[in-house]
Amino acid sequence: MAATETPRIGRLERTALTGVLVREVVNYSSYWKSSTFSSTVEPTIYLLAFGFGFGSLVSTIGGVDYVSFVGTGTVATAVLFSSAFPGMFGTFVKYQFQRTYDAILAAPVDTEELVTAEAVWIATRAGVYGCVPMLVAIPFGLDPAWGMLAVPFIAWIAGFGWACFGISIAGFSKSFENFNYVVSAVLTPLFLLAGSFFPLDEFPQWAQVLAQLNPLHHLVQLIRDSVIYGWDGWIDVARLGAITFFGLSMWRIAIVAMTRKLVD
Amino acid sequence: MEEDLAIRLRGAVKRYGEITAVDGLDLDVPMGTCVGLLGPNGAGKSTTMRLLTAQSIADEGEIEVLGFKLPRESKMARAQCGVVPQLDNLDTTLTVEQNLLVFSHLYRIPRSERKAAIERSLEMAKLVDRRDSRVDKLSGGMRRRLLISRALVHRPRLVLLDEPTVGLDPQVRQELWALIDALRSEGTTILMSTHYIEEAQRLADTVMIMSHGSAVASGAPADLVLEHAGHEVVEVYGAPARLREVEAEADAAGLRTRRTGTSVSILDAANGRGFHGERRPANLEDVFVLLTGEEIA
Repeated sequence: MAATETPRIGRLERTALTGVLVREVVNYSSYWKSSTFSSTVEPTIYLLAFGFGFGSLVSTIGGVDYVSFVGTGTVATAVLFSSAFPGMFGTFVKYQFQRTYDAILAAPVDTEELVTAEAVWIATRAGVYGCVPMLVAIPFGLDPAWGMLAVPFIAWIAGFGWACFGISIAGFSKSFENFNYVVSAVLTPLFLLAGSFFPLDEFPQWAQVLAQLNPLHHLVQLIRDSVIYGWDGWIDVARLGAITFFGLSMWRIAIVAMTRKLVD
Repeated sequence: MEEDLAIRLRGAVKRYGEITAVDGLDLDVPMGTCVGLLGPNGAGKSTTMRLLTAQSIADEGEIEVLGFKLPRESKMARAQCGVVPQLDNLDTTLTVEQNLLVFSHLYRIPRSERKAAIERSLEMAKLVDRRDSRVDKLSGGMRRRLLISRALVHRPRLVLLDEPTVGLDPQVRQELWALIDALRSEGTTILMSTHYIEEAQRLADTVMIMSHGSAVASGAPADLVLEHAGHEVVEVYGAPARLREVEAEADAAGLRTRRTGTSVSILDAANGRGFHGERRPANLEDVFVLLTGEEIA
Protein backbone atom coordinates (compact mmCIF):
# COMPACT_ATOMS: atom_id res chain seq x y z
CA MET A 1 0.00 0.00 0.00
CA ALA A 2 2.31 2.71 1.29
CA ALA A 3 5.15 1.36 -0.82
CA THR A 4 3.48 2.48 -4.02
CA GLU A 5 2.43 5.87 -2.69
CA THR A 6 5.76 6.93 -1.24
CA PRO A 7 8.44 7.97 -3.69
CA ARG A 8 11.34 5.56 -3.72
CA ILE A 9 14.14 6.61 -1.42
CA GLY A 10 17.54 6.21 -3.02
CA ARG A 11 21.18 6.29 -2.03
CA LEU A 12 23.20 9.39 -1.17
CA GLU A 13 20.18 11.64 -1.02
CA ARG A 14 20.74 15.33 -0.70
CA THR A 15 18.19 15.72 2.11
CA ALA A 16 19.93 13.08 4.21
CA LEU A 17 23.36 14.62 3.62
CA THR A 18 21.96 18.05 4.47
CA GLY A 19 20.48 16.74 7.71
CA VAL A 20 23.84 15.43 8.92
CA LEU A 21 25.62 18.59 7.75
CA VAL A 22 23.12 20.84 9.56
CA ARG A 23 23.91 18.98 12.75
CA GLU A 24 27.62 19.58 12.27
CA VAL A 25 27.22 23.23 11.37
CA VAL A 26 24.97 23.90 14.37
CA ASN A 27 27.43 22.08 16.62
CA TYR A 28 30.31 24.03 15.13
CA SER A 29 28.68 27.24 16.32
CA SER A 30 29.36 26.04 19.87
CA TYR A 31 33.05 25.10 19.46
CA TRP A 32 34.39 27.12 16.50
CA LYS A 33 36.57 29.31 18.69
CA SER A 34 38.68 26.53 20.15
CA SER A 35 38.79 24.69 16.85
CA THR A 36 39.89 27.77 14.91
CA PHE A 37 42.39 28.67 17.62
CA SER A 38 44.19 25.33 17.52
CA SER A 39 44.04 25.11 13.73
CA THR A 40 45.56 28.57 13.41
CA VAL A 41 48.07 28.60 16.23
CA GLU A 42 49.54 25.17 15.57
CA PRO A 43 50.75 25.75 12.00
CA THR A 44 51.89 29.22 12.97
CA ILE A 45 54.13 27.74 15.63
CA TYR A 46 55.55 25.25 13.15
CA LEU A 47 56.11 28.02 10.69
CA LEU A 48 57.86 30.26 13.18
CA ALA A 49 59.91 27.50 14.78
CA PHE A 50 61.12 25.99 11.53
CA GLY A 51 61.22 29.34 9.75
CA PHE A 52 63.45 30.99 12.31
CA GLY A 53 65.27 27.84 13.40
CA PHE A 54 66.15 26.37 10.05
CA GLY A 55 65.79 29.69 8.29
CA SER A 56 68.86 30.96 10.10
CA LEU A 57 70.88 28.01 8.77
CA VAL A 58 69.50 27.86 5.25
CA SER A 59 68.28 31.00 3.63
CA THR A 60 66.97 29.40 0.45
CA ILE A 61 65.88 25.93 -0.43
CA GLY A 62 64.83 24.72 -3.86
CA GLY A 63 65.42 28.22 -5.12
CA VAL A 64 62.97 29.94 -2.72
CA ASP A 65 63.08 31.53 0.73
CA TYR A 66 62.87 28.95 3.47
CA VAL A 67 59.81 30.74 4.87
CA SER A 68 58.01 30.29 1.55
CA PHE A 69 59.09 26.66 1.45
CA VAL A 70 57.76 25.95 4.93
CA GLY A 71 54.72 28.20 4.57
CA THR A 72 53.50 26.13 1.66
CA GLY A 73 54.69 22.83 3.11
CA THR A 74 52.78 23.27 6.34
CA VAL A 75 49.52 23.64 4.41
CA ALA A 76 49.65 19.86 4.14
CA THR A 77 50.34 19.57 7.87
CA ALA A 78 47.34 21.75 8.66
CA VAL A 79 45.13 19.72 6.32
CA LEU A 80 46.29 16.47 7.93
CA PHE A 81 45.77 17.72 11.48
CA SER A 82 42.36 19.20 10.78
CA SER A 83 41.04 16.13 8.97
CA ALA A 84 42.62 12.87 10.15
CA PHE A 85 42.29 13.73 13.84
CA PRO A 86 38.65 14.88 13.77
CA GLY A 87 37.98 11.83 11.61
CA MET A 88 39.44 9.51 14.23
CA PHE A 89 38.56 11.12 17.54
CA GLY A 90 35.36 12.91 16.54
CA THR A 91 33.89 9.79 15.02
CA PHE A 92 34.82 7.66 18.00
CA VAL A 93 33.32 10.13 20.47
CA LYS A 94 30.10 10.45 18.49
CA TYR A 95 29.80 6.72 18.13
CA GLN A 96 30.93 5.53 21.54
CA PHE A 97 30.23 8.26 24.06
CA GLN A 98 27.54 10.53 22.65
CA ARG A 99 25.74 7.80 20.70
CA THR A 100 24.93 10.45 18.14
CA TYR A 101 25.13 7.98 15.29
CA ASP A 102 22.44 5.80 16.85
CA ALA A 103 20.12 8.78 16.75
CA ILE A 104 21.03 9.69 13.18
CA LEU A 105 20.66 6.15 11.85
CA ALA A 106 17.21 5.87 13.43
CA ALA A 107 16.24 8.75 11.11
CA PRO A 108 16.03 8.21 7.35
CA VAL A 109 19.81 8.36 6.92
CA ASP A 110 22.02 5.43 5.88
CA THR A 111 25.57 4.77 7.01
CA GLU A 112 26.83 5.69 3.53
CA GLU A 113 25.17 9.11 3.78
CA LEU A 114 26.30 9.61 7.34
CA VAL A 115 29.95 8.88 6.53
CA THR A 116 29.86 10.96 3.35
CA ALA A 117 28.35 14.00 5.04
CA GLU A 118 30.77 13.79 7.96
CA ALA A 119 33.73 13.58 5.57
CA VAL A 120 32.43 16.47 3.46
CA TRP A 121 32.13 18.59 6.57
CA ILE A 122 35.62 17.77 7.84
CA ALA A 123 37.07 18.31 4.34
CA THR A 124 35.45 21.74 4.16
CA ARG A 125 37.01 22.74 7.45
CA ALA A 126 40.36 21.33 6.33
CA GLY A 127 40.06 23.30 3.08
CA VAL A 128 39.71 26.52 5.05
CA TYR A 129 42.14 25.78 7.88
CA GLY A 130 44.67 24.47 5.36
CA CYS A 131 45.05 27.98 3.96
CA VAL A 132 46.06 29.44 7.31
CA PRO A 133 49.82 28.63 7.22
CA MET A 134 50.01 30.05 3.72
CA LEU A 135 48.27 33.25 4.78
CA VAL A 136 50.44 33.53 7.89
CA ALA A 137 53.57 33.14 5.70
CA ILE A 138 52.63 36.11 3.50
CA PRO A 139 53.70 38.81 5.98
CA PHE A 140 56.90 36.80 6.57
CA GLY A 141 57.83 36.92 2.90
CA LEU A 142 55.72 34.49 0.87
CA ASP A 143 54.70 36.25 -2.34
CA PRO A 144 50.97 36.29 -3.03
CA ALA A 145 50.07 34.44 -6.22
CA TRP A 146 46.90 33.65 -8.19
CA GLY A 147 47.62 29.98 -7.70
CA MET A 148 46.78 30.43 -4.03
CA LEU A 149 43.12 30.46 -5.02
CA ALA A 150 43.43 26.79 -5.95
CA VAL A 151 44.78 25.85 -2.52
CA PRO A 152 41.44 25.52 -0.65
CA PHE A 153 40.12 23.20 -3.37
CA ILE A 154 43.21 21.01 -3.41
CA ALA A 155 43.17 21.01 0.40
CA TRP A 156 39.50 20.00 0.31
CA ILE A 157 40.20 16.91 -1.80
CA ALA A 158 43.10 15.85 0.42
CA GLY A 159 41.10 16.67 3.56
CA PHE A 160 38.28 14.45 2.35
CA GLY A 161 40.70 11.56 1.96
CA TRP A 162 42.29 12.04 5.36
CA ALA A 163 38.90 12.50 7.03
CA CYS A 164 37.82 9.17 5.54
CA PHE A 165 41.13 7.66 6.65
CA GLY A 166 40.39 8.84 10.21
CA ILE A 167 36.80 7.59 10.07
CA SER A 168 38.05 4.20 8.84
CA ILE A 169 40.48 3.93 11.74
CA ALA A 170 37.69 4.84 14.17
CA GLY A 171 35.45 2.26 12.52
CA PHE A 172 37.97 -0.56 12.73
CA SER A 173 39.30 0.28 16.21
CA LYS A 174 37.77 -1.34 19.22
CA SER A 175 39.23 1.22 21.60
CA PHE A 176 40.77 4.65 21.81
CA GLU A 177 44.21 3.22 22.61
CA ASN A 178 44.60 1.81 19.12
CA PHE A 179 44.79 5.36 17.82
CA ASN A 180 48.26 5.64 19.35
CA TYR A 181 49.56 2.96 17.00
CA VAL A 182 48.10 4.74 14.00
CA VAL A 183 49.47 8.12 14.99
CA SER A 184 52.96 6.78 15.73
CA ALA A 185 53.30 4.19 13.01
CA VAL A 186 51.35 5.76 10.16
CA LEU A 187 50.70 9.46 10.51
CA THR A 188 54.04 10.58 11.94
CA PRO A 189 56.16 8.86 9.25
CA LEU A 190 53.87 10.08 6.47
CA PHE A 191 53.96 13.56 7.93
CA LEU A 192 57.78 13.59 7.97
CA LEU A 193 58.07 11.91 4.59
CA ALA A 194 55.94 14.55 2.90
CA GLY A 195 58.62 17.16 2.26
CA SER A 196 56.89 19.87 4.29
CA PHE A 197 59.98 20.99 6.21
CA PHE A 198 62.85 19.76 4.07
CA PRO A 199 63.18 18.52 0.50
CA LEU A 200 63.31 14.78 0.00
CA ASP A 201 66.06 14.98 -2.66
CA GLU A 202 68.77 13.94 -0.24
CA PHE A 203 66.80 10.94 1.04
CA PRO A 204 67.89 7.45 0.01
CA GLN A 205 66.29 6.10 -3.16
CA TRP A 206 63.89 3.76 -1.36
CA ALA A 207 62.53 6.58 0.77
CA GLN A 208 61.94 8.69 -2.33
CA VAL A 209 60.02 5.83 -3.90
CA LEU A 210 57.97 5.43 -0.74
CA ALA A 211 57.22 9.13 -0.79
CA GLN A 212 55.48 8.66 -4.14
CA LEU A 213 52.98 6.46 -2.31
CA ASN A 214 52.37 9.15 0.29
CA PRO A 215 49.33 11.26 -0.59
CA LEU A 216 50.61 13.94 1.74
CA HIS A 217 53.76 14.29 -0.37
CA HIS A 218 51.68 14.85 -3.50
CA LEU A 219 49.66 17.43 -1.63
CA VAL A 220 52.81 19.30 -0.60
CA GLN A 221 54.08 19.31 -4.20
CA LEU A 222 50.73 20.42 -5.60
CA ILE A 223 50.53 23.32 -3.15
CA ARG A 224 54.11 24.40 -3.89
CA ASP A 225 53.50 24.23 -7.61
CA SER A 226 50.29 26.24 -7.27
CA VAL A 227 51.80 28.94 -5.08
CA ILE A 228 55.49 29.12 -5.96
CA TYR A 229 56.71 27.19 -8.96
CA GLY A 230 53.72 27.16 -11.27
CA TRP A 231 51.84 24.08 -12.46
CA ASP A 232 53.88 21.33 -13.92
CA GLY A 233 51.56 19.90 -16.59
CA TRP A 234 50.90 16.18 -16.50
CA ILE A 235 52.93 15.64 -13.36
CA ASP A 236 50.53 17.75 -11.36
CA VAL A 237 47.54 16.19 -13.08
CA ALA A 238 48.92 12.83 -11.94
CA ARG A 239 49.40 14.16 -8.42
CA LEU A 240 45.83 15.46 -8.39
CA GLY A 241 44.72 12.07 -9.64
CA ALA A 242 46.66 10.39 -6.83
CA ILE A 243 45.03 12.39 -4.03
CA THR A 244 41.62 12.00 -5.68
CA PHE A 245 42.16 8.23 -5.88
CA PHE A 246 43.27 8.24 -2.24
CA GLY A 247 40.10 10.15 -1.28
CA LEU A 248 37.71 7.89 -3.18
CA SER A 249 39.33 4.68 -1.89
CA MET A 250 39.34 5.85 1.71
CA TRP A 251 35.72 6.95 1.31
CA ARG A 252 34.56 3.46 0.35
CA ILE A 253 36.72 1.89 3.08
CA ALA A 254 35.27 4.29 5.67
CA ILE A 255 31.73 3.29 4.68
CA VAL A 256 32.58 -0.40 5.07
CA ALA A 257 34.27 0.23 8.41
CA MET A 258 31.42 2.26 9.84
CA THR A 259 28.73 -0.10 8.55
CA ARG A 260 30.46 -2.91 10.42
CA LYS A 261 30.57 -0.76 13.51
CA LEU A 262 27.07 0.71 13.44
CA VAL A 263 24.89 -2.02 11.96
CA ASP A 264 25.08 -5.50 13.44
CA MET B 1 -0.13 -8.92 3.98
CA GLU B 2 -2.24 -7.41 6.73
CA GLU B 3 -2.38 -3.74 5.89
CA ASP B 4 -3.64 -2.61 9.25
CA LEU B 5 -0.48 -3.74 10.99
CA ALA B 6 2.13 -1.12 11.78
CA ILE B 7 4.67 -3.78 12.69
CA ARG B 8 4.73 -7.40 11.65
CA LEU B 9 7.47 -9.81 12.68
CA ARG B 10 7.47 -13.46 11.70
CA GLY B 11 10.07 -15.85 13.05
CA ALA B 12 12.66 -13.12 13.54
CA VAL B 13 16.01 -14.45 14.70
CA LYS B 14 19.05 -12.43 15.69
CA ARG B 15 22.24 -14.09 16.87
CA TYR B 16 25.39 -12.56 18.25
CA GLY B 17 27.93 -15.35 18.07
CA GLU B 18 26.81 -17.99 20.55
CA ILE B 19 24.02 -15.85 21.96
CA THR B 20 20.60 -15.81 20.34
CA ALA B 21 19.17 -12.47 21.39
CA VAL B 22 15.92 -12.80 19.46
CA ASP B 23 14.77 -16.33 18.91
CA GLY B 24 11.93 -16.82 16.45
CA LEU B 25 9.87 -13.82 17.50
CA ASP B 26 6.39 -13.16 16.12
CA LEU B 27 4.98 -9.74 16.86
CA ASP B 28 1.97 -7.83 15.57
CA VAL B 29 1.37 -4.19 16.34
CA PRO B 30 -1.98 -3.09 14.89
CA MET B 31 -2.30 0.51 13.71
CA GLY B 32 -3.46 2.91 16.38
CA THR B 33 -2.63 0.71 19.35
CA CYS B 34 -0.01 0.79 22.04
CA VAL B 35 1.84 -2.48 22.49
CA GLY B 36 4.16 -3.04 25.43
CA LEU B 37 7.12 -5.39 25.23
CA LEU B 38 7.61 -6.56 28.75
CA GLY B 39 10.49 -8.70 29.86
CA PRO B 40 13.45 -8.90 32.19
CA ASN B 41 16.81 -7.44 31.25
CA GLY B 42 18.35 -9.50 28.50
CA ALA B 43 15.04 -10.82 27.18
CA GLY B 44 15.73 -9.33 23.75
CA LYS B 45 13.61 -6.17 23.91
CA SER B 46 16.32 -3.74 22.86
CA THR B 47 17.52 -6.01 20.06
CA THR B 48 13.93 -6.19 18.80
CA MET B 49 13.84 -2.40 18.77
CA ARG B 50 17.11 -2.25 16.80
CA LEU B 51 15.74 -4.74 14.29
CA LEU B 52 12.85 -2.39 13.59
CA THR B 53 15.16 0.46 12.56
CA ALA B 54 17.50 -1.91 10.67
CA GLN B 55 20.35 -1.01 12.99
CA SER B 56 20.44 -4.75 13.53
CA ILE B 57 19.83 -7.05 10.59
CA ALA B 58 17.86 -10.21 11.36
CA ASP B 59 19.52 -13.52 10.55
CA GLU B 60 16.17 -15.13 9.78
CA GLY B 61 12.52 -14.22 9.52
CA GLU B 62 10.41 -11.46 8.04
CA ILE B 63 10.07 -7.94 9.35
CA GLU B 64 7.65 -5.34 8.04
CA VAL B 65 7.28 -1.83 9.40
CA LEU B 66 4.44 0.38 8.10
CA GLY B 67 4.14 -1.95 5.14
CA PHE B 68 7.82 -1.69 4.19
CA LYS B 69 9.96 -4.81 4.09
CA LEU B 70 13.10 -4.60 6.21
CA PRO B 71 15.99 -4.23 5.88
CA ARG B 72 15.72 -3.23 2.19
CA GLU B 73 13.03 -0.55 2.56
CA SER B 74 13.95 0.44 6.07
CA LYS B 75 14.77 4.02 5.19
CA MET B 76 11.22 4.65 4.02
CA ALA B 77 9.87 3.14 7.22
CA ARG B 78 12.26 5.22 9.32
CA ALA B 79 11.04 8.42 7.66
CA GLN B 80 7.64 7.79 9.27
CA CYS B 81 8.89 6.46 12.61
CA GLY B 82 9.99 8.25 15.74
CA VAL B 83 12.54 6.51 17.93
CA VAL B 84 13.16 7.25 21.59
CA PRO B 85 16.34 5.46 22.64
CA GLN B 86 16.98 4.01 26.05
CA LEU B 87 20.19 6.00 26.42
CA ASP B 88 20.01 9.75 26.03
CA ASN B 89 21.79 10.82 22.85
CA LEU B 90 20.89 14.49 22.72
CA ASP B 91 23.55 16.97 21.64
CA THR B 92 24.39 18.28 25.08
CA THR B 93 26.30 21.40 24.04
CA LEU B 94 23.40 22.58 21.88
CA THR B 95 20.28 24.35 23.06
CA VAL B 96 16.87 22.71 23.29
CA GLU B 97 15.73 24.46 20.13
CA GLN B 98 18.91 23.59 18.20
CA ASN B 99 18.41 19.92 19.01
CA LEU B 100 14.92 20.08 17.55
CA LEU B 101 16.14 22.06 14.54
CA VAL B 102 18.70 19.38 13.71
CA PHE B 103 16.07 16.66 13.85
CA SER B 104 13.62 18.67 11.78
CA HIS B 105 16.26 18.45 9.04
CA LEU B 106 17.13 14.81 9.65
CA TYR B 107 13.44 13.95 9.38
CA ARG B 108 13.03 16.00 6.20
CA ILE B 109 10.40 18.44 7.36
CA PRO B 110 9.85 20.95 4.54
CA ARG B 111 11.28 24.40 5.19
CA SER B 112 7.85 26.05 5.39
CA GLU B 113 6.69 23.70 8.17
CA ARG B 114 9.91 23.55 10.16
CA LYS B 115 9.26 26.44 12.50
CA ALA B 116 5.77 25.25 13.43
CA ALA B 117 7.03 21.71 13.97
CA ILE B 118 9.71 22.93 16.37
CA GLU B 119 7.19 25.06 18.27
CA ARG B 120 4.85 22.10 18.58
CA SER B 121 7.64 19.92 19.95
CA LEU B 122 8.69 22.60 22.42
CA GLU B 123 5.12 22.81 23.69
CA MET B 124 4.81 19.07 23.93
CA ALA B 125 8.02 18.88 25.95
CA LYS B 126 6.86 21.88 28.07
CA LEU B 127 10.17 23.51 27.31
CA VAL B 128 8.98 26.64 25.51
CA ASP B 129 10.65 28.93 28.01
CA ARG B 130 13.79 26.78 28.11
CA ARG B 131 14.29 26.81 24.35
CA ASP B 132 17.60 28.65 24.61
CA SER B 133 18.98 26.54 27.46
CA ARG B 134 21.83 24.21 26.70
CA VAL B 135 20.82 20.58 27.15
CA ASP B 136 23.51 19.93 29.76
CA LYS B 137 21.79 22.54 31.94
CA LEU B 138 18.44 20.68 31.94
CA SER B 139 17.18 18.30 34.62
CA GLY B 140 16.90 14.58 33.92
CA GLY B 141 13.14 14.84 33.42
CA MET B 142 13.42 17.76 31.01
CA ARG B 143 16.03 15.90 28.97
CA ARG B 144 13.73 12.88 28.70
CA ARG B 145 10.82 15.07 27.61
CA LEU B 146 13.04 16.63 24.99
CA LEU B 147 14.24 13.22 23.85
CA ILE B 148 10.62 12.11 23.37
CA SER B 149 9.43 15.29 21.67
CA ARG B 150 12.49 15.26 19.40
CA ALA B 151 11.32 11.87 18.13
CA LEU B 152 7.87 13.35 17.42
CA VAL B 153 8.99 16.48 15.59
CA HIS B 154 7.88 15.06 12.21
CA ARG B 155 4.56 13.65 13.50
CA PRO B 156 5.50 10.01 12.97
CA ARG B 157 2.81 7.38 12.42
CA LEU B 158 4.72 4.92 14.58
CA VAL B 159 6.74 5.61 17.70
CA LEU B 160 9.27 3.21 19.18
CA LEU B 161 9.96 3.82 22.84
CA ASP B 162 12.83 1.84 24.34
CA GLU B 163 12.52 1.87 28.14
CA PRO B 164 11.14 5.42 28.15
CA THR B 165 11.27 5.98 31.90
CA VAL B 166 14.21 3.86 33.00
CA GLY B 167 16.16 5.39 35.88
CA LEU B 168 13.78 8.28 36.51
CA ASP B 169 12.06 9.21 39.75
CA PRO B 170 8.31 8.56 40.17
CA GLN B 171 7.23 12.17 39.57
CA VAL B 172 9.03 12.30 36.25
CA ARG B 173 7.64 8.94 35.26
CA GLN B 174 4.07 10.12 35.85
CA GLU B 175 4.76 13.14 33.70
CA LEU B 176 6.11 11.03 30.86
CA TRP B 177 3.22 8.61 31.12
CA ALA B 178 0.85 11.53 30.61
CA LEU B 179 2.84 12.57 27.55
CA ILE B 180 2.77 9.06 26.08
CA ASP B 181 -0.90 8.66 26.90
CA ALA B 182 -1.71 11.91 25.08
CA LEU B 183 0.13 10.62 22.06
CA ARG B 184 -1.79 7.38 22.21
CA SER B 185 -5.11 9.18 22.38
CA GLU B 186 -4.20 11.07 19.21
CA GLY B 187 -4.04 7.73 17.46
CA THR B 188 -0.28 7.34 17.10
CA THR B 189 0.83 3.73 17.06
CA ILE B 190 3.31 2.95 19.83
CA LEU B 191 5.64 0.06 20.54
CA MET B 192 7.18 0.44 23.95
CA SER B 193 9.67 -1.80 25.65
CA THR B 194 9.81 -1.72 29.40
CA HIS B 195 10.62 -3.79 32.41
CA TYR B 196 8.37 -1.68 34.61
CA ILE B 197 5.20 -3.64 35.01
CA GLU B 198 3.12 -0.66 36.07
CA GLU B 199 4.17 1.20 32.94
CA ALA B 200 2.98 -1.61 30.68
CA GLN B 201 -0.23 -2.01 32.64
CA ARG B 202 -1.12 1.67 32.45
CA LEU B 203 -0.17 2.47 28.90
CA ALA B 204 -0.39 -0.64 26.77
CA ASP B 205 -3.50 -1.97 25.05
CA THR B 206 -1.68 -5.22 24.52
CA VAL B 207 1.32 -6.58 26.36
CA MET B 208 3.73 -9.14 25.03
CA ILE B 209 5.87 -10.81 27.64
CA MET B 210 9.30 -11.77 26.34
CA SER B 211 11.76 -14.19 27.79
CA HIS B 212 15.01 -15.45 26.25
CA GLY B 213 14.29 -13.82 22.92
CA SER B 214 10.78 -15.05 22.26
CA ALA B 215 7.21 -14.29 23.27
CA VAL B 216 5.86 -16.30 26.19
CA ALA B 217 2.44 -14.63 26.41
CA SER B 218 0.52 -11.89 24.74
CA GLY B 219 -2.79 -10.12 25.31
CA ALA B 220 -4.53 -7.28 27.08
CA PRO B 221 -3.02 -6.82 30.56
CA ALA B 222 -6.27 -7.69 32.34
CA ASP B 223 -6.78 -10.82 30.22
CA LEU B 224 -3.24 -11.99 30.87
CA VAL B 225 -3.71 -11.58 34.60
CA LEU B 226 -6.97 -13.45 34.57
CA GLU B 227 -5.61 -16.25 32.41
CA HIS B 228 -2.38 -16.87 34.30
CA ALA B 229 -2.97 -15.65 37.86
CA GLY B 230 -6.75 -15.65 38.27
CA HIS B 231 -8.69 -13.06 40.22
CA GLU B 232 -7.03 -13.36 43.57
CA VAL B 233 -3.75 -14.28 45.11
CA VAL B 234 -3.03 -15.36 48.66
CA GLU B 235 0.23 -14.13 50.06
CA VAL B 236 1.58 -16.25 52.87
CA TYR B 237 4.29 -14.81 55.07
CA GLY B 238 6.68 -16.81 57.22
CA ALA B 239 10.21 -18.01 57.84
CA PRO B 240 12.04 -19.41 54.81
CA ALA B 241 11.39 -22.98 55.96
CA ARG B 242 7.68 -22.26 56.30
CA LEU B 243 7.61 -20.72 52.83
CA ARG B 244 9.11 -23.88 51.35
CA GLU B 245 6.39 -25.92 53.07
CA VAL B 246 3.68 -23.66 51.69
CA GLU B 247 5.12 -24.04 48.21
CA ALA B 248 5.09 -27.81 48.53
CA GLU B 249 1.51 -27.82 49.84
CA ALA B 250 0.31 -25.56 47.05
CA ASP B 251 2.08 -27.71 44.50
CA ALA B 252 0.39 -30.80 45.92
CA ALA B 253 -2.98 -29.02 45.65
CA GLY B 254 -2.23 -28.24 41.99
CA LEU B 255 -1.79 -24.50 42.56
CA ARG B 256 0.96 -22.34 41.17
CA THR B 257 3.08 -20.13 43.38
CA ARG B 258 5.64 -17.44 43.07
CA ARG B 259 8.01 -15.89 45.56
CA THR B 260 7.18 -12.31 46.48
CA GLY B 261 10.40 -11.54 48.34
CA THR B 262 9.44 -12.23 51.94
CA SER B 263 6.31 -14.20 51.15
CA VAL B 264 4.92 -16.83 48.83
CA SER B 265 2.04 -15.86 46.57
CA ILE B 266 -0.40 -18.60 45.71
CA LEU B 267 -1.92 -17.76 42.35
CA ASP B 268 -5.46 -18.23 41.23
CA ALA B 269 -6.34 -18.76 44.87
CA ALA B 270 -10.15 -18.78 44.62
CA ASN B 271 -10.05 -22.46 45.53
CA GLY B 272 -7.03 -22.23 47.79
CA ARG B 273 -9.13 -21.99 50.91
CA GLY B 274 -6.76 -23.98 53.02
CA PHE B 275 -4.11 -21.28 52.96
CA HIS B 276 -4.04 -18.46 55.43
CA GLY B 277 -2.55 -15.23 54.39
CA GLU B 278 -3.31 -11.87 52.85
CA ARG B 279 -5.67 -11.91 49.95
CA ARG B 280 -5.03 -9.42 47.21
CA PRO B 281 -6.06 -9.01 43.56
CA ALA B 282 -3.80 -10.77 41.09
CA ASN B 283 -1.65 -8.44 39.03
CA LEU B 284 0.59 -8.35 35.99
CA GLU B 285 3.69 -8.77 38.10
CA ASP B 286 2.45 -12.20 39.15
CA VAL B 287 2.14 -13.17 35.50
CA PHE B 288 5.51 -11.65 34.67
CA VAL B 289 7.39 -13.55 37.36
CA LEU B 290 5.47 -16.74 36.71
CA LEU B 291 6.28 -16.69 33.00
CA THR B 292 9.79 -15.27 32.94
CA GLY B 293 11.10 -17.21 35.92
CA GLU B 294 12.15 -16.21 39.39
CA GLU B 295 15.86 -16.47 38.98
CA ILE B 296 17.72 -13.56 37.55
CA ALA B 297 19.86 -14.68 34.66
